Amino acid sequence: MSEPGRFKPGDRVRVRAEDRPGHIRTPFYIRGKTGWVERVHGEFRNPESLAIGGDGLPKRPLFLVGFHQGEVWEKYAASKDKLFIDIYEHWLDPA
Amino acid sequence: MPRGHHDIGGTTRDAGPIDRAEHQLDDWEIVADAVNQALGARGIKRTDELRRAREQMDSELYRSLSYYERWIASMESILIEKKILTREEIDRKAVEIEKRWGEP
Repeated sequence: MSEPGRFKPGDRVRVRAEDRPGHIRTPFYIRGKTGWVERVHGEFRNPESLAIGGDGLPKRPLFLVGFHQGEVWEKYAASKDKLFIDIYEHWLDPA
Repeated sequence: MPRGHHDIGGTTRDAGPIDRAEHQLDDWEIVADAVNQALGARGIKRTDELRRAREQMDSELYRSLSYYERWIASMESILIEKKILTREEIDRKAVEIEKRWGEP
């Protein structure tokens, strides 16, 4: 069985640098940053719709996305530290 | 769009060092959690709705409230939004409870 979504583990992705009103699960500090898909979590109801009383459908693919800490924060000391965040597909573009 | 008052990861102005000290929950905080779970079990609220309500609050008020105070404020606004309770009913009940809890 194939996993849902347009990305697979290892794919490079860039987080959309969008801003809009409403409940958004993509933190501000990660928008515009580039990382890789670490894992495909599956499909889940869209919290942006659930937050305003919607049914959250259609379900959206959710990915565990990895980033190098040094690429996320300015002045981050050189290291191999990584950051992993759950991000919905509609917040990701291929990179 | 200004950055939301809840979305402070990486900022130095709003997000200082994390307080890692263990602390005991007050009774009212445990009750707030119980009410939250009851509202969820009855299908009255969703976690995402409460998060949205907290994100929509007045920023100055949001920053002045503690964690469970924010929970309570968001539960109140969702209950009022869904016309399950009115502000007056909530305030009246709060006065009643305050009297009861205030007694030795």
